Amino acid sequence: MRIACPFCGPRENGEFSYLGDAKPKRPAPDAGQDAFYDYVYLRDNVAGEMEELWYHGGGCRSWLKVRRNTVTHEIFSVEPVAGAGAQKVAS
Amino acid sequence: MSAAGQTHRLAAGGLIDRDNRLSFSFDGKSMDGFAGDTLASALVANGVKLVGRSFKYHRPRGILTAGSEEPNALVELRTGARREPNTRATTIELYDGLVSASQNRWPSLSFDFLSINQLASPIFVAGFYYKTFMWPSALWEKFYEPLIRRAAGLGRAADKSDPDHYEKAWAHCDVLIAGSGPTGLAAALAAGRAGARVILCEEDNRLGGRLLSDGGTIDGIDAAAWVAKAEAELRSMPEVRIMTHTTLTGAFDHGVHAALERVNDHVPVPPEHQPRQRVWRIVARRTVVAAGALERPIVFGGNDMPGVMLSSAVRTYINRYAATPAKRLALFTNNDDGWKTVEAALAAGVTVAGVVDARAEVSAEQRALAAKHGFAVLNGVVDHVEGGKAGVAKIVAALAGGARATLEADGLAVSGGWNPSVGLTSQHRGRPKWRDDIAAFVPDGAPPGMIAAGSANGEFSLAACLMEGHSSGAAAAGDLGFSKSAGNTPVSDEDAAYSLKPVWTVNSKHKAFVDFQNDVTASDIALAAREGFQSVEHLKRYTTLGMATDQGKNSNVQGLAIMAELTGRSIPETGTTIYRPPYVPIAIGALAGHHRDENFHSTRLTPSHHWAAERGAVFVDTGLWKRAQWYPIKREKDWLVSVTREVKAVRSGVGFCDVSTLGKIDVHGPDAGTFLDRVYINTFSNLAVGKARYGIMLREDGIVYDDGTTSRLAEDHYFLTTTTAKAGQVMQHLEFCRQVLFPELDVQLTSVSDQWAQFSIAGPKTRDLLRDIVDPSEDLSNEGFPFMGAREVMLRGGVKARLFRISFSGEMAFEISVPTRFGDALVRNLMIAGEKYGVTPYGTEALGVMRIEKGHVAGPELNGTTTAADLGLGKMMSTKKDFIGRSMAGREALVADDRQVVVGIKPVDKARRLRSGAHIIPKGATPGPETDDGYVTSVCFSPFMDQWIGLGLVKHGRERHGEIAMAHDPVRREDYEVELCNPVFYDPEGGRQRG
Repeated sequence: MRIACPFCGPRENGEFSYLGDAKPKRPAPDAGQDAFYDYVYLRDNVAGEMEELWYHGGGCRSWLKVRRNTVTHEIFSVEPVAGAGAQKVAS
Repeated sequence: MSAAGQTHRLAAGGLIDRDNRLSFSFDGKSMDGFAGDTLASALVANGVKLVGRSFKYHRPRGILTAGSEEPNALVELRTGARREPNTRATTIELYDGLVSASQNRWPSLSFDFLSINQLASPIFVAGFYYKTFMWPSALWEKFYEPLIRRAAGLGRAADKSDPDHYEKAWAHCDVLIAGSGPTGLAAALAAGRAGARVILCEEDNRLGGRLLSDGGTIDGIDAAAWVAKAEAELRSMPEVRIMTHTTLTGAFDHGVHAALERVNDHVPVPPEHQPRQRVWRIVARRTVVAAGALERPIVFGGNDMPGVMLSSAVRTYINRYAATPAKRLALFTNNDDGWKTVEAALAAGVTVAGVVDARAEVSAEQRALAAKHGFAVLNGVVDHVEGGKAGVAKIVAALAGGARATLEADGLAVSGGWNPSVGLTSQHRGRPKWRDDIAAFVPDGAPPGMIAAGSANGEFSLAACLMEGHSSGAAAAGDLGFSKSAGNTPVSDEDAAYSLKPVWTVNSKHKAFVDFQNDVTASDIALAAREGFQSVEHLKRYTTLGMATDQGKNSNVQGLAIMAELTGRSIPETGTTIYRPPYVPIAIGALAGHHRDENFHSTRLTPSHHWAAERGAVFVDTGLWKRAQWYPIKREKDWLVSVTREVKAVRSGVGFCDVSTLGKIDVHGPDAGTFLDRVYINTFSNLAVGKARYGIMLREDGIVYDDGTTSRLAEDHYFLTTTTAKAGQVMQHLEFCRQVLFPELDVQLTSVSDQWAQFSIAGPKTRDLLRDIVDPSEDLSNEGFPFMGAREVMLRGGVKARLFRISFSGEMAFEISVPTRFGDALVRNLMIAGEKYGVTPYGTEALGVMRIEKGHVAGPELNGTTTAADLGLGKMMSTKKDFIGRSMAGREALVADDRQVVVGIKPVDKARRLRSGAHIIPKGATPGPETDDGYVTSVCFSPFMDQWIGLGLVKHGRERHGEIAMAHDPVRREDYEVELCNPVFYDPEGGRQRG
């Protein structure tokens, strides 16, 4: 598998670590335990297109949002997350 | 034996070098062959027919094919440490002195004791393992398994370590081409001319594919000349890379392929510094599969007898190797291609005994050929062959009219038609589709960017192969924007239609094999059908059809066809099988490459490593690191003696320890303090510049993740340390927090673990030693550099260092950091300057002893199940701010009052050794899950307490200081009394470290 890192170019998957679904957002500090429980533990088991978080630890150490089909492994887009210089790439 | 032994060598022809005679041995018998031979072709030339015994029934077997799909001719190659089992004689290039042996026979190939299994064959049917060896289960280990292992063997692996090297390598290209037959060559020429970077992989040792065996005319010249011309043109293109001996074995995601290059399998010993094999990962933007097609056998009685060979293989041995598998050859075919073998045999002067053709009509030319050479053409099928281990003698045909006819022959060529090689295209679940006109599966869908062409795509004529090869190569390059001319399409007038009448199996009373390698017969498939295992997936697993190392290349389609017939369905209705990588077997050694023995993983050395090694330090693996565990000195025979000496030296004088393995992260930016407040349970934004603070991080689920000290070096600059074990993970976690969770914070992280050599210097004389190292202008007094102070200092000699007054040992201590390149010099200077103070280097064991004496938690307590409160650090959790894990740490079970918490433990009998892992139960209780209060996590011999002590996690531990409980250790069969106590054994007031 290869992921086209927006900073480093296409690299093989050994350089990346997988986190999982990019959808869950950390709740507000006062959102309560139930919200945090959902955030920490509950995940959709997506067969198909999904936005995921990958970490380019063997390269630029950017966290990336990768839109990928979990069945075919087709990758549709790779973008840096907000804190990884997203604006830099956009401009 | 001399050339006289080559009884089946043809007088002329072949791509062999008759001036280069090679001698080799098979089962101890010396024979001769020529350069250019394979082991199989040399055996054919020497008239050897029996080459192996089958897996289950120990039936005599000969060579079936001339390629890597060979199911029968598996041999042990080489001897000693280089002995390799289950190599295919058909792919082994002959070299002088080659030693080979047959497998799975005892005492000899010719007389194999276990061939009596054939007599017992009624019980060795499909599923016999499940049916026969059911019970009693106790017999499995002692009786059944040894019996089966002995009987159903393949070759023997070498019993010594492999002395050869294997490599892994990467390559990149625009167009990757698998196979260098007419299709592959045409594709490579087209793509190369267009300007693409091309890699052409060929499994064989030379280019040409079937052209090497079948000849033909291309662009008006002989095929061999055309191949040479094509190769010369390809070699003249700088962007074309030709890789022979290289099999493309797998297609993975996004154009990544695996290939096995057999770099030095054709020589007895690889030249110095060269690998035996190399596993390639080839990244290609487009792939053209020109892997050709494989001929398939027909299932008739005795179809596995030595002397029965695929028709195309017979042609290969005659034309390419000038070795004839038979002196008097018969052919059983259901298509025109089989007839080419008759023509080849006649041209080579081999007598043709007759042709059994399943088709009602053969062409006028074929009839004329038969008439001219005086052999019979029988319309019907072969019912069975007669003969024995020496080979076929008689072929009994069942004629279309019902009569029987017999042909006398010592070889039978069989052609059941051709199966396109769908191995690569179907690896991503691209299910092959059935084509009725060729009675075969062809690729339908392939991994993105991959297409099949020529025979691999079901187009078998030479003209079609050239055309498809050229157009697919040109299209692949064109897709990628290479716009130069792909040149002319190579042409051939060999475009005859492929006329075939499917014949899969003959209803013979004799044993007829579908899968040769796993000994699966037509009746096994019938049995599977009767017993309800009719789906392809069930059929495969019940009978083991297609599960041998040939992966069903020779058998799957026949098996499907028989099942289809038995269940009244069509073949496509019955199903198809797809292939997984690898296309050919790959040795584990090749996959491992250089990652074996001491190179199994990379090794990280501390800055003081070489110095420590000079002193004879004992090292321990800590992740990838090698750390000094203790430093034995003369006459210290026991590690405990060394460690105890080191601890006492530190507590009474001064010692130092390399702690460079800790993860180190620079945190910069105006929001650095806010950021740290969010990732640690305690507060760092209020830490004064020039101070250090111990911090705890939680996982978002509320469990402790890591700990360490963080120092504030400037308003916007913190220096954070992690544990050795979690260094990489914490970096990733912090980057996640920074980039994903809190992108609004203006903060940057830099891993500086490798940039700083860091040493802990501890003991009452630490300041004395440091004053000899640090520039005299630096104030190291308790006032000038108080406990938990942290700042940059200048060393004598002008090296800038960082000094942290932190203590893990409980002693007056500093940690000093210098740029890594000065680490070795620093440690040597510490030894010189410290000589008058008796400075003692100490290792990780003494470090551990002192932290246990001091009650500091480490890895055994930060074990992924403990909360900050469990560790006695609950008060550090700020209630005034949010931080990772705050909400979930408040869950009911994580704050329950019966959680196991850190406690000190010491045996009541001071002479007794305490052991990690012992359970703590109340005194007088019966050991069991309900009385289990916790366990011992860390132990050491404490020189200070003069006894073994430990830390543990025990329910209500903090309220039980002073209680006598039981340590229950069922693993070591020990029960003894222990006292639960304050975990801080040494200097609980902390005066020493503050002094």
